[in-house]
Amino acid sequence: MSGEGAGHAEVISIAEQRAAREQAASGDARPRCQATTLDGRRCRNYAVDAGHCRVHSVRTDVPEPPSADEATDEGAARRRVDEEAARRGWQPPQDAFALLRDLLGADWGRHLSDAAAFVRRRLTGDYEIDEFGFDEDLTTHLLMPLIRPLHRYWWRVASYGAEHIPTEGGGLVVANHAGTLPADAMITRLDILDQTGRHARELAADLAMRTPFVGPFSRKTGATLASGPDADRLLERGELVAVWPEGFKGVGKPWRDRYRLQRFGRGGFVSTALRAQVPIVPTAIVGSEEIYPLLYDLRVVARLLGLPYFPIVPQMFALPVLGPFALLPLPSKWVIEYGEPIDTTRFGPQAADDPMVVFDLTDHVRDTIQHMLHRNLMGRRSVFL
Amino acid sequence: MAEGRRVMITGVAGDLAGLFAAALEARDDVAHVVGVDIRTPAAGLQRTEFVRADVRNPVVARVLEQQGIDTVVHMSTASGPSGSGGRALMKEHNVIGAMQLLAACQKTPSVRRFVLKSTAAVYGSEHTDPVSFRETDRPRTPPPHGFAKDATEIEEYVGAFGQRREDVDVTILRFANFVGGRTDSAFSRLFSLPAVPTVLGYDPRLQFCHEEDAVEVLARVVCGHHPGVYNVAGDGVVYLSQAIRLAGRVPAPVPRPFVDGVAGLLYRSRRIDVSPEQLRFLQFGRAIDTTRLREDIGYQPRYSSRAAFEDFVRRRRIRGLVAHDEVRRLEHEVNAFLARHDQRRFLAAEPVSEDRR
Repeated sequence: MSGEGAGHAEVISIAEQRAAREQAASGDARPRCQATTLDGRRCRNYAVDAGHCRVHSVRTDVPEPPSADEATDEGAARRRVDEEAARRGWQPPQDAFALLRDLLGADWGRHLSDAAAFVRRRLTGDYEIDEFGFDEDLTTHLLMPLIRPLHRYWWRVASYGAEHIPTEGGGLVVANHAGTLPADAMITRLDILDQTGRHARELAADLAMRTPFVGPFSRKTGATLASGPDADRLLERGELVAVWPEGFKGVGKPWRDRYRLQRFGRGGFVSTALRAQVPIVPTAIVGSEEIYPLLYDLRVVARLLGLPYFPIVPQMFALPVLGPFALLPLPSKWVIEYGEPIDTTRFGPQAADDPMVVFDLTDHVRDTIQHMLHRNLMGRRSVFL
Repeated sequence: MAEGRRVMITGVAGDLAGLFAAALEARDDVAHVVGVDIRTPAAGLQRTEFVRADVRNPVVARVLEQQGIDTVVHMSTASGPSGSGGRALMKEHNVIGAMQLLAACQKTPSVRRFVLKSTAAVYGSEHTDPVSFRETDRPRTPPPHGFAKDATEIEEYVGAFGQRREDVDVTILRFANFVGGRTDSAFSRLFSLPAVPTVLGYDPRLQFCHEEDAVEVLARVVCGHHPGVYNVAGDGVVYLSQAIRLAGRVPAPVPRPFVDGVAGLLYRSRRIDVSPEQLRFLQFGRAIDTTRLREDIGYQPRYSSRAAFEDFVRRRRIRGLVAHDEVRRLEHEVNAFLARHDQRRFLAAEPVSEDRR
């Protein structure tokens, strides 16, 4: 419509026409404002003083614009901060929605709707579990997000060598166990999930399976009883299995034995890997020893309660001062290293029944992990940084 | 006798046995069905000849002989003491009854097939259990009491009978908990309570077998040739907590020390038998492996454990405290609210856009 067309058609503003018509009809000669507006036309307001309308009248009583030295006052500073924040796309939350957006990110609506769907699934029982009792819905959507802050901010886990974890098919992750409470198992699970997107299925001690709350919790997070048939079944299904062969001897070892691997069970995990012909991934976890240093083991109390050990940890001495907060694990810096996978296919499945091969391979895995532990311990600057 | 099987069903007044007898009546390859029970079977059986007798009664042996029965399906094992007037009578009926029936079968040459309806309870329920039991697995400690103990003993007698009469095909079917609209059990009666009692701190894995699947498997075993032991259950497992949610009920966790008291209370007030081995079951649950059922009998259960349970909830018209429609409506409301909020933000953003002046 513009350009060439302008020669043939005259563009007449309807508003201007109407103003002209009204002026002609009323015939009054009230003066109009003489100012020119931003788009180059004349202002059509009536003039009120000195040939200008209320909008364009020259104000004489307004204060001068703030000078440079006045810009240091509080209001100006706040304005500057607000402008800067607006430029960066952030404003202080003004209502609950803005707060939610700040906490959850721009797609907070999707998060909220996911949460509603999760609550609906849990309330109506609309989720699937596998035959081992692994509740993937609960693990992925509730438990893993809950421990992710521990992984990221509390222990600041650095993980190396995740490419050694098989991305499909069976595999056996073997790691050291420490820390009085088996937090390393959950953190390693989360790390493997975040690095590879696979759920590692733990093999748990039968004491854990028997204990109320702990047993069902372990099953729901994908653990099963550490026994030959169950492990074989998991590997047959092509699952990634994680095992801590030291068991309670590792978790409950005294502070002076830190980072010294205990006996690796009876090598059952090696026979299992040999039977299923899956690779063994030796894994070293550094930092888990320092979360609850076990100063003393009250054996008598442990025996009375039927527990494998009864720990005295330094946090207990802070109980009277800090209350329950004292029992938080210490924020040590963690390093998880996944080592080169050990191939089991060269021994063949029949080697599972050869105790010599099983013992040799068990020692080999243990030595590898011990070596990785020492290397990572040498490399760390401090326990907490 | 030439045109089909001549079947005797013991315990025909039971829910499942009645369904099974009706299913056999509808088949062409079954010539004759005889039902034995001391209770009158539910109505709806036409061709079935009913003999009112206890399995311990010598009349059973005569019926076997006279009717030329070739297949005996033993389904009269009582699962709880309330139906049979006490634990001692129940054991008498279950174990001695099975022995008498086996003795009668042994001296009847026409019997060629013996099918036992057994239960997965023979595997027991412990925290050291394998994730799912195969037919060859034995429990670490045999069930010490109750129904499971009876079932284990009956299985032993049936096995011995199979060795004595090698010309008889013996099939033992170990069923998971039955659910469906038409059978009743202590376990399904738990879900008739407004709040389902559970053991605090435990959440057992459960498996269910839909009654239609059970009837179909029994019919296939009777009409085919499948000697051996088979586990029968729907695919997959369901947590007790999940089942409670599926039924819209709320759990009522009972701490372990009070469990026996609550079980006694339930028995006195609602006639729900929760026997000690079922309490173990409510703690640790159990799952059984049905590979042999699918590969050897060639039967894939139509209902998974969860589908069977959902069918049970639907047919019993169990309406819980947590109505599923209400939960879905609330979720829908959250989403509708979010959509409205997005729209309002969009509308609010419109007037301040750059090219409007």
